[in-house]
Amino acid sequence: MAKLHHFHGGLVLDGHKAESLTRGLRQASLPQKLILPLRQHIGDYNKPLVGVGQRVLKGETIAACSSLICAAVHASTSGIVSEISQFPVAHPSGQADTCVVIDVDGEDEAASADIVDPGTLAPDEMIQRICRAGIVGLGGAAFPTPPKLSRGKSHGVDTLIINGVECEPYITCDDMLMRNYAAEVIRGCGYLQKILTPRKTLIAIEDNKPEAISAMSQALAAHPLAAAEIIPVPTIYPAGGEKQLIQILTGKEVPHGNLAFDIGLLCQNVGTCAAITRALETGEPLISRIVTCSGDNVVEPGNWEIRLGTPISHLLELAGGYRHGDDAYLVMGGPMMGFALSGDNLPIVKSSNCILVMREETIPHSPGYHDECIRCGKCTEVCPARLLPQQLYWHARARAYERTQEYHLFECIECGCCSAVCPSQIPLVQYYRAAKSEIRAAQKAQFKADRARARFEFREHRLLVKKQRDEERRRLKREALQKKPAQAVDATTFADPVQAALERVRERKKAAQEETR
Amino acid sequence: MTSVIVSSPYLAPGNKLKRLMLRVIVALLPGTVAYAWLFGPGVIINIILAIIFALAFEGAILRLRAKPVMPHLTDFSAVVAAWLFALCLPMHVPWWLVGVGMGFAMIAGKHLYGGLGFNPFNPAMVGYVVLLISFPREMTAWYLPASVSGATLGVADALAYSFGSADISQWDALSAATPLDQVKTELGQNIPIDEIRQSPLFGAYGGAGWEWVALCWFVGGIYLLATRTIRWHIPVSVLAGVLTLSLIFYLLDPQNHASPLFHLMSGAVVIGAFFIATDPVSAATTDKGRIYYGLLIGMLIYVIRVWGGYPDGVAFAVLLANMCVPLIDYYTQPRVYGEQ
Repeated sequence: MAKLHHFHGGLVLDGHKAESLTRGLRQASLPQKLILPLRQHIGDYNKPLVGVGQRVLKGETIAACSSLICAAVHASTSGIVSEISQFPVAHPSGQADTCVVIDVDGEDEAASADIVDPGTLAPDEMIQRICRAGIVGLGGAAFPTPPKLSRGKSHGVDTLIINGVECEPYITCDDMLMRNYAAEVIRGCGYLQKILTPRKTLIAIEDNKPEAISAMSQALAAHPLAAAEIIPVPTIYPAGGEKQLIQILTGKEVPHGNLAFDIGLLCQNVGTCAAITRALETGEPLISRIVTCSGDNVVEPGNWEIRLGTPISHLLELAGGYRHGDDAYLVMGGPMMGFALSGDNLPIVKSSNCILVMREETIPHSPGYHDECIRCGKCTEVCPARLLPQQLYWHARARAYERTQEYHLFECIECGCCSAVCPSQIPLVQYYRAAKSEIRAAQKAQFKADRARARFEFREHRLLVKKQRDEERRRLKREALQKKPAQAVDATTFADPVQAALERVRERKKAAQEETR
Repeated sequence: MTSVIVSSPYLAPGNKLKRLMLRVIVALLPGTVAYAWLFGPGVIINIILAIIFALAFEGAILRLRAKPVMPHLTDFSAVVAAWLFALCLPMHVPWWLVGVGMGFAMIAGKHLYGGLGFNPFNPAMVGYVVLLISFPREMTAWYLPASVSGATLGVADALAYSFGSADISQWDALSAATPLDQVKTELGQNIPIDEIRQSPLFGAYGGAGWEWVALCWFVGGIYLLATRTIRWHIPVSVLAGVLTLSLIFYLLDPQNHASPLFHLMSGAVVIGAFFIATDPVSAATTDKGRIYYGLLIGMLIYVIRVWGGYPDGVAFAVLLANMCVPLIDYYTQPRVYGEQ
């Protein structure tokens, strides 16, 4: 087995995994209504392909776009499109986005799928099918999978890394997936191998998931893959972060400004592998996923395989509702990197791995007052990016954004380790997020200002050229007019042709009159 | 449903400022008890007075600055500063001296810079150095341990001393130079070390009594390391700085230079290494920077002791190193992930 490496810092956290693992994977019932945001991925916007009142079938494409970085959206079940309008969606900003609402008819009638033996498909055809299935990275970032695979294929991949680490507390959806769909995950790795032709494949699973490791090992034994290995990695947060996992498995660091495939690596989440298998073998696009619902304020924590677009309130009903009344705090994702939701009417989307339902009092509220930084350096000890969080905090607080960039603000992966250990309970990551968005906004404003200046200068130039041209034309005309009077004198010597013609007519008439006389 | 949006992480906090400060106080207990046992209860009176003054000054200035008073007073940072300050004082000093020192530490050393977290200098050392420079007579009246003089001032006498209701000349017989002072003075008179060490002021390695107190600070320091309240970089490098320089000179000329062990076990080196130099606010923050910072303090302690005007140099060394912290931090930034 390959030698494992360490990444700097990290935290050993209380896992809280058992709560949601006691009951096994359950199939969620269909809700009455699906809310499907048109954009559930990082990248460009989709255009809706359906109209209000139209009946759609399960698996039918309802939104797509022609851009490269994009993922189509499909109807998760059959029903009638009742509305296409703005709805609040699960996003850290709490903003609304365009959603297609489907009134579910309960028949779950599937659109006809064109099924071929995936073994007969060429790599590019496979990528096309994955693209049509709307598959995105299911680890949380939701980056569309096809462009990643295409770029990986053209760059050449030395090592394919399959990420089954799932290091955040409470979340167990990947664990459940590996226990229940190990064969699909392994076959998905096989398809990825066919597309990317890596020299070796490493399937990393955190060592706190022995059941998943054994299920995956059995599946790998039943369906052997070339140069593939299951590697248990130590349980330390954030081992599942792409950069950290790369460091653990290969000892390499992704250089600044580069991506994993620049150093011959490509990471895929286990959930993505299973979705690829499903898309290639059954033609079913990405219309459902496994979601963990856990936390100290939900009656029956667990994992559900649930249709995308299902309102979170439906999932909460399945989980028995709130344990301690509705002073609940809803978080999408894990406690370390998730974000608070504005309500339970938001839909489950492709990136929803976990709905965390916490009691309000267990959440450390930022009360406006926190102790001051005492420069103890605990944050520096745990930072996996080896940053100096307290220096970043000073400069972010002072709005010295250039200094924050000197201290590599944008290398921060927002894992939350620094905030979690801060004895003064400073919401450090919040400061970094704010600083990042201010810098991005300033860059955007600068870009717009530069463009506006360029446009203004071009307009000035255009007007100047036009003015010069007009003046030139006027000057030529003036000169021409000045010449004209001289010509006019000459012109008087010529008889007017009309007058001359009339003269001739008159003479002819006179002659005729004289003849008749 | 609640609508309060807080940024992640959503975990109950593990570390607390208050808990860190309480651990420092716990770590100070064995040394403080040993100090009081060997040198009399005067030190306890000083600690109590210093804490009262520290809290009063801090409370007042927080009110003036319109800052929340109770959260800051109960973070125990002022208590720790007061405790360390009181341990630096001679065993018996008048009460107002404690007040002046603590006032300077809290107002000029801490809050004029913006309060906890913003002070570039260690406040306890600021207060101590101001007294050392301004009140040399009071600040150099040290008393002998019971093992040497046979008696120390009891609680009543110590209180009477503190509050000026006693004729202090009656205790002149109990006062003496500190071992470090003795070494400095007599080396200046060309007396060889072996002869100086014959005085009953000296114990097996350092000053009589002092070496036991130093050992207890060491125990407290190990507790701080074990609980990860502090990290090893600063204490180890302070001790290494003192030991290296003293070893070099001791090996070159053992008759005119005290041994490394004497330097280690006398004065404030151990408490300085584990408790004073490790004040996170005024210390360097990078791992490498902390090593440079500690070495600088260690070497400065030796330089001031041997060639400076004062018998001990921990306070000056710490303050001088505090000044270098921004520079040290800037030039010792660790290599960030992915940086070439």
